[in-house]
Amino acid sequence: MPHLAISRIAKSYDGNPAIRDISFAVEPGRVLALCGENGAGKSTLMKMLAGATLPDSGDILLDGRPARISSPADAMAHGICTVYQELSLLPHLSVAENILLGRLPTRWASFIVDWRKAERIAGQVLAGFGFPDIDPTALVSSLSVAQQQIVEIGKALVTEPRILILDEPTAVLSGAETEKLFAKVRALAAGGTTILYISHRLEEIYAITDEIVVLKDGQSVLAGSIAELDQDRLIHAMVGRPLAAIFPEKTRQTGEIVLEVEKLSQAGAFADVSFAVRAGEILGMFGLVGSGRTEIAKVVFGAGLADAGEVRLNGAAANFADPLRAVRGGVAMLTEDRKGDGLALDCSVIDNAGLASFSRFSRYGIIDGAERRRLVDDKIRDLTVRPRDPARAVRQLSGGNQQKVVIAKWLLVEGIKLFIFDEPTRGVDIATKVQIYRMIRDLADSGMAVLLISSEMPEVLGLSDRLLIVRNGRIAAELPPDAYRPEDVFAHAAGLPVGQASGERLH
Amino acid sequence: MTEAVSTSRSRPTFASRFSRADILFGLAVLILVAFAASASDAFLTERNFVNVSRQIVTNGLLSLGMLIVIRTGGIDLSVGSVLALAGLLATGLQTNMHFSLAIPVALAMGLCLGVVNGWLIARFDLQPFIVTLATMGSLRGLTYVYSDTPLYPKDELFRGLIGGAFIGPVPVTFIVFALVVPIVWFYLNHTVSGRAAFALGVNKEAVRLAGVDVRRHLILAYGACGLLAALAGVLLSSRVGIAQPSVGAGYELDAIAAVVIGGGLLGGGGGTAIGVLGGVLALAVVDNVLNLFNVDSYYQQLLKGLIILAAVLARRKRA
Repeated sequence: MPHLAISRIAKSYDGNPAIRDISFAVEPGRVLALCGENGAGKSTLMKMLAGATLPDSGDILLDGRPARISSPADAMAHGICTVYQELSLLPHLSVAENILLGRLPTRWASFIVDWRKAERIAGQVLAGFGFPDIDPTALVSSLSVAQQQIVEIGKALVTEPRILILDEPTAVLSGAETEKLFAKVRALAAGGTTILYISHRLEEIYAITDEIVVLKDGQSVLAGSIAELDQDRLIHAMVGRPLAAIFPEKTRQTGEIVLEVEKLSQAGAFADVSFAVRAGEILGMFGLVGSGRTEIAKVVFGAGLADAGEVRLNGAAANFADPLRAVRGGVAMLTEDRKGDGLALDCSVIDNAGLASFSRFSRYGIIDGAERRRLVDDKIRDLTVRPRDPARAVRQLSGGNQQKVVIAKWLLVEGIKLFIFDEPTRGVDIATKVQIYRMIRDLADSGMAVLLISSEMPEVLGLSDRLLIVRNGRIAAELPPDAYRPEDVFAHAAGLPVGQASGERLH
Repeated sequence: MTEAVSTSRSRPTFASRFSRADILFGLAVLILVAFAASASDAFLTERNFVNVSRQIVTNGLLSLGMLIVIRTGGIDLSVGSVLALAGLLATGLQTNMHFSLAIPVALAMGLCLGVVNGWLIARFDLQPFIVTLATMGSLRGLTYVYSDTPLYPKDELFRGLIGGAFIGPVPVTFIVFALVVPIVWFYLNHTVSGRAAFALGVNKEAVRLAGVDVRRHLILAYGACGLLAALAGVLLSSRVGIAQPSVGAGYELDAIAAVVIGGGLLGGGGGTAIGVLGGVLALAVVDNVLNLFNVDSYYQQLLKGLIILAAVLARRKRA
């Protein structure tokens, strides 16, 4: 009997169907991948399993019996635990208190916390997970983002769930940490826990899951075991068209040097970094999480300060003290944390898209409303933001459309010479990804210098005219396009021995 | 979600700009007015209308200033002290200069104190609550240092031309307030600073990384709040014909209440000038009706507290 079966569920919000007809079943101890673009219905399905919303019709069956999951407490009672992509930790509390929130052990009386026991339990959970180095007494705010993600998962593990739902759990994890997570997932599955695994990264899906269900437009369109479904069929089912020409043609024509970075250092993050980007060129920057890529870019953008070294734009000194000066100097940066610092989510599309370009539609501090609407409207039409409603709060848009609003914000700024993209397609559906790739290429072709940071190997390899690999805050290698071999790139990034055949130039 | 292709680009209709809570509150106030009108002969009189219109000026100006800073995600507790100091200055300086000079000096002082608040908050990244709590206390002290006894205006015209004057049946102070409302509305919706400050209240880091001068817009918002508080102080001392160092204690709470009733969100990201106007009016009408029926002022406080609670409950976001 299947452990979890979803039978013909549907759900609409205000008459707009989010889920039309989804059915699938999974046996105990199996790892099931849920695939689909943003808006395919994954998050609504997750909400139903977490008790945040009820289906309009159809059944959720647990061990063959219909279950009504109408609150998070119901979900917990059924042994269903969800690890969301957004961290829900309390930064000012300790690791142990976060992991055991709501179920802290007590002694002597039911209201006196047994801290020693709490720390022991939390320590055991983290150690059993492969992370004995995370101190249960440390404050969560003192941990790295990757460690926080580990704690978030630990919080789920401590409940010993029977059904564990993981939503993009590896987005901020390094390769080694991902391996430990996968080992834990396999161990849990072997112990009979059913796991629903949601990820945009196909290689992970093939590495960890047993079965796949593909969702598209609120329907389950394809299901099968991992052995039966190859990548092409999977992408075809998700996007509705075959995997072809995802990456635009590379151009080898580059102009003058736009950005020059010389011996740039920031204590604790990176040291002695030098590189240059030319007009019309896309310079890729690959590295594991924590390698210092983002910090380097932030210094160029004035959002971080360097201890030593020099930045030049078109030959002139450009050690910007803040983003204000960087933008005026012609630098734009799309940050990796769209929700955290890329958008004001509760503000409208027009307020967000017009945030960086006030000077274009205002005089003496007074906004020309019609001009602002026209500029923003044109841009969101070009980028096919859906729905095309400038007054709508950005929060109500899907991830891909939110990213388009961020891009619109920067495209509206005049005089940009250097465009930095930090993880431009994180949490973005495949159709939008293709569109963003095309747009980045067009920007370069129009004579802009582009610095592209990404942890997605196909993305950096497919787009970059030249590739820098960053490891431990230093540039480990620089590769020309004919030397792109995924295994070498990874070896450089991870500090492993590199195959002899490649023609890279080591620094 | 395929239906996301919908191209609903129509401007929001007039009715859809108001939430259900707005409509409920509007109705509640209307019912109260209808009740007062039928139960008391004194309510629907010109005299009472003049009274109410003069009384709302103080809280109205303070609330508009408070709205400006609350939209940035901040708060200004010092408005009551600024009001007192501005009233004393505008009155006391009349021994040295004409009141037409003393008033601009008092207003400039309010602006400067607001700018200092904003600068402390923006430059050192301090919490607005703490900074303005501190300035609230020190400015009150400064007010008593300047004069620990009430001051009376030297020039009769100070009262005759402003606080005690009418154009037709309308008090001049109310006209001043009525002119300020559209200016604040314009600032909030149609200036770079107003839009930036709004986004700031929603996500400060996103605004900073968009290359916006966060410091300048924050300082401007607190400056505007200080200026409006000073204006309220000048108008109040002119109306009552006396400037007391003790006046204005607790006024900041009435202003915050009006903003919250009007749909403003503490912590930033909400509130409109029109909404705040509604909040100010609602509080004033309640006050007025209770006064007309000679209800003890302790009950008035109790009722005001309950109204604020009701407003917050009606506006809470449902999951």
